[in-house]
Amino acid sequence: MAAVSHDSHGHNEAHGHHDHGHHEESFVSKYIFSEDHKMIGKQFLITATFMGIVAMLLSILFRIQLAWPGEGSDFVSFFLGETWAPGGVLKEDMYLGLVTIHGTIMVFFLLTGGLSGTFSNILIPLQLGARDMASGFLNMLSFWFFCLSSIIMFVSLFIETGPAMAGWTVYPPLSALPQAISGNGLGMTMWLFSMAIFIAGSLIGSLNYIVTVLNLRTKGMTMTRMPLTIWAFFVTAVLGVLSFPVLLSAALLLIMDRLAGTSFFLSDIIVGGEMLTNHGGSPILFQHLFWFLGHPEVYIVLLPALGLSSEIIATNSRKPIFGYKAMIGSILAIGFLSFIVWGHHMFITGMNPFLGSVFVFTTLLIAIPSAVKVFNYITTLWRGSLVLTPAMLFAIGLVSTFISGGVTGIILADSALDIAIHDTYFVVAHFHIVMGMSAVFGMFAGVYHWFPKMYGRMLNTRLGYIHFWITIIGAYGVFFPMHFVGLAGAPRRYYDYSVYNEFDTNSYEMIMDLNVIVTGFAIFAALGQLLFLFNFFYSIYRGPKAPQNPWNSTTLEWTAPVEHIHGNWPGELPTVHRWPYDYSKPGADQDFIPQNVPLAEGEEEH
Amino acid sequence: MMVSKLIALIVIILGVIAVAQLVRVYELTAKLRNRGEHEISTRDNNLNGKMMFGFMIALYIFIAWLMLRFGWTGRGEAASTIGKETDWLLNLNFIILFAAFILTNSLLFFFSYKYVKKEGVPAYFFPHNNKLEMIWTIVPALVLAVIIVLGLKKWNEATANAANESICIELFSKQFDWTARYSGQDNKLGRFDYKLTTDNNELGLLTTESIDSAIVAMENGPNGINKLENKLNDQRLMMIPEDREKMELDLSRKQRMIRLLYQMKERHDSKIDKHAWDDIIQKDTLYLCVNKEHEFNFRAKDVLHSAFFPHFRAQMNTVPGMVTRTKFTPDITTKAMRERMNNPKFNYVLMCNKICGGAHYKMKMIIVVLEEKDYKKWISSKKSFKENYFAATSAPAPSSAMSADSTMVTKDTASVAMN
Ligand code: HEM
Ligand SMILES: [Cu+2]
Ligand SMILES: [Cu+2]
Repeated sequence: MAAVSHDSHGHNEAHGHHDHGHHEESFVSKYIFSEDHKMIGKQFLITATFMGIVAMLLSILFRIQLAWPGEGSDFVSFFLGETWAPGGVLKEDMYLGLVTIHGTIMVFFLLTGGLSGTFSNILIPLQLGARDMASGFLNMLSFWFFCLSSIIMFVSLFIETGPAMAGWTVYPPLSALPQAISGNGLGMTMWLFSMAIFIAGSLIGSLNYIVTVLNLRTKGMTMTRMPLTIWAFFVTAVLGVLSFPVLLSAALLLIMDRLAGTSFFLSDIIVGGEMLTNHGGSPILFQHLFWFLGHPEVYIVLLPALGLSSEIIATNSRKPIFGYKAMIGSILAIGFLSFIVWGHHMFITGMNPFLGSVFVFTTLLIAIPSAVKVFNYITTLWRGSLVLTPAMLFAIGLVSTFISGGVTGIILADSALDIAIHDTYFVVAHFHIVMGMSAVFGMFAGVYHWFPKMYGRMLNTRLGYIHFWITIIGAYGVFFPMHFVGLAGAPRRYYDYSVYNEFDTNSYEMIMDLNVIVTGFAIFAALGQLLFLFNFFYSIYRGPKAPQNPWNSTTLEWTAPVEHIHGNWPGELPTVHRWPYDYSKPGADQDFIPQNVPLAEGEEEH
Repeated sequence: MMVSKLIALIVIILGVIAVAQLVRVYELTAKLRNRGEHEISTRDNNLNGKMMFGFMIALYIFIAWLMLRFGWTGRGEAASTIGKETDWLLNLNFIILFAAFILTNSLLFFFSYKYVKKEGVPAYFFPHNNKLEMIWTIVPALVLAVIIVLGLKKWNEATANAANESICIELFSKQFDWTARYSGQDNKLGRFDYKLTTDNNELGLLTTESIDSAIVAMENGPNGINKLENKLNDQRLMMIPEDREKMELDLSRKQRMIRLLYQMKERHDSKIDKHAWDDIIQKDTLYLCVNKEHEFNFRAKDVLHSAFFPHFRAQMNTVPGMVTRTKFTPDITTKAMRERMNNPKFNYVLMCNKICGGAHYKMKMIIVVLEEKDYKKWISSKKSFKENYFAATSAPAPSSAMSADSTMVTKDTASVAMN
């Protein structure tokens, strides 16, 4: 953190000695080893975008196999070559490899690292009125850990024995036994090391976000005047700090089982004709550790998206977000409850039925704050004056997918019903809609909304519209039919559903038909993303210049100049006088009052 | 091949150029009209509002079409007593949640259309309302309470212990197949230990003889301790250091195992042998008896698997080092189900539903539900573990004995298909 000037309040100075903005930075310190939160945010975004493209491409490759099993495809052979797709037909092992890496990248690299890394970095200091993160150096470090782990994960796709192939949840013993599947040698080792590094980076980042939110708020920015985005990032960071270490410990124990001959997760195993001496470990223990992270993780993915959409929906409805306090309460309740529901992923592991009942109860409780949030969004739209920017469309789309995926969550949370549909495509449909679609929509909404802040230019709106419509049609088209695949009884992670032909020709036909529909929509949606990529990169360089406050927003980031400077504001930091949602306040002459505008004579705070 | 790649490349490049040109034209016209990119025109705004509404209708039509065309029927009617209750509860939940889904999505999309910005109509400043917020906290809570109560009642029934007189079957899973073990005359499964696994005792059943033969195999088998020691001590044998290291590791593993086997032998009580001897081991096809409760015990040899019975709405993971259990009562025979489905080739199936390796998707076992008398007839035709075990040990090569068993299995599949 180089150029930060002292300002009159002084309390949000971490350390700063130079005059801001006046010295030339080298290319390296500006674009590569930057300690400026805005640049780091953009680095996260670009890295995650790259990883997202990779993961999307993987999904198209395996979707082709699912829709047309056994038929050679030029597209598949182009990417995978003769080793992994002889004659253009994906190999069984590689199918699982693609699924595993697709899931891992999407959940961790795109939606955890990418989503919260990008927007926490860009928005926390700007919306709180801080000059930068509490520690610019740690912030930089957090990005470089993320980048290194991304590289390792990406490279693992190209090694001779293939990437990790045990599913994104890497349950042992499968993931612990190199004999069990080809990707379990080096591929799995790289997966584990990549994740360990990822977790380290994510912890450093989260601690920084927490400290910044607690300590570097500008004058007047009380906790209850923070925009909901910041609340969401804050709770997300807390969840990350509390849960990621548990995954790290699981990964380390698994590394020990693999490399040091311990038996944390192994007991009484004969594999590949070899009788192992490991005794007394429990594979179920791993699942407990994994899901103790894994469930909070899904909210780590979702909460930032909800935070972004709260801001976008309020701004573009020209109305305060309905029930600001209730929204904060729901975020906190979701955050707390998300730690005591992990067992719902394990109903079928043979857990004690009473324990199962407890997890049913806690899981269904979490639906209540979720429902409250949905109703609050809907009420925010009610009697608004909606400006349907592409960001707004994506934010509304997010609310829709959150509903559609949330209701199926309630079925899955009912353990008695989960018995029949656990690990089928019904689950795949559930979490792609509620997590995949919602979080990706939130991320797109965020990019469309804050692009002017990030790059000082505007994205093309028309392309944004087309992108939105292709994405929502494509995504619902992909994931909705999956419910029916699951209800037909089709397990997930199957390489080829034509096995159904051997015992049930009716189901066979139905599943194959659905798979073709799904793959068709997937290809359509993937092509639509090209428009976004084009728009994104084109506009970085050639988009029209952005005005300072393009959406007439109230929050502080729009009071900072368009040109990025170290320290964010040229002079004194803004002082906050009101909550962030004074839109269309009766008696005001504009339909928005920025947070740094003092209360008028006789005006009441909302 | 090459040509098609080239063409694809050219198409992509042309596409990008075309979009870029379109964007330029669009930008120029926007500049002429003097409108910034952040100002959304009334036309765009209204159009997108209408499209939101249109999308909602299209989504509902799509869902209705999926339901009509694919609905529940893919898996067929539940073929177990508990499965029928599951379906009932699932349908009830679907009705409740579908109503919630339609209500909230409709409001969302309708409002996005209805409240699109209109000149002169300001937004209504409405920051909160305690009464409304109470309502939509309490109503979902009540609905969820109903769901929880009904669900837990069902869950307790599904996970309660099986009745004593139920038919007890073990399902043993490994990459990539299933083996069933019926508990035989005494309806008691014999005990097992994975260390006893040998060619003619694939499930590692525990009897005095199987302990002895496991010890013999470990000590004198083709890769046994004696052979390994001889090789390692053989001065004339040249070995790559890596191979030697591997062999030493293997040896020390086996030495540890053999100590455990001797301990087992010492503690073994031969009175329990009989529970194992009368067990019946069955591959390829699992036969069940209609209207009888079955208790299943699950084991896994190598990695996690999951026993998934889609038609009976039952599922349980199989875990190495641990026995898991579930139960159900099939109530429609295979024959009756084929008639109901009007599909003479239909079969029930047991699938693996936990990722377990490359051929995971092929790991399945056909299930045949028989009338009681057919079931009795079938089971009395089966040889017990004891008969097969001694037939195999006296036979010259154990592997040929195994294949004899599997031809017999194919025979019964055929006879059932004739039913
Ligand atoms: C109303 C709220 C929700 C409930 C009651 C719920 C319930 C469940 C249950 C019970 C499962 C386990 C299903 C099974 O494996 O059989 C599950 C899976 C999952 N849920 Fe949810 N869920 C809810 C919301 C969410 C949200 C908001 C997210 C993400 C943001 C999410 C992400 C996931 C993921 C990723 C899985 C699958 C993990 C896997 O097996 O690979 N869920 N959900
Ligand atoms: Cu969960
Ligand atoms: Cu399996």
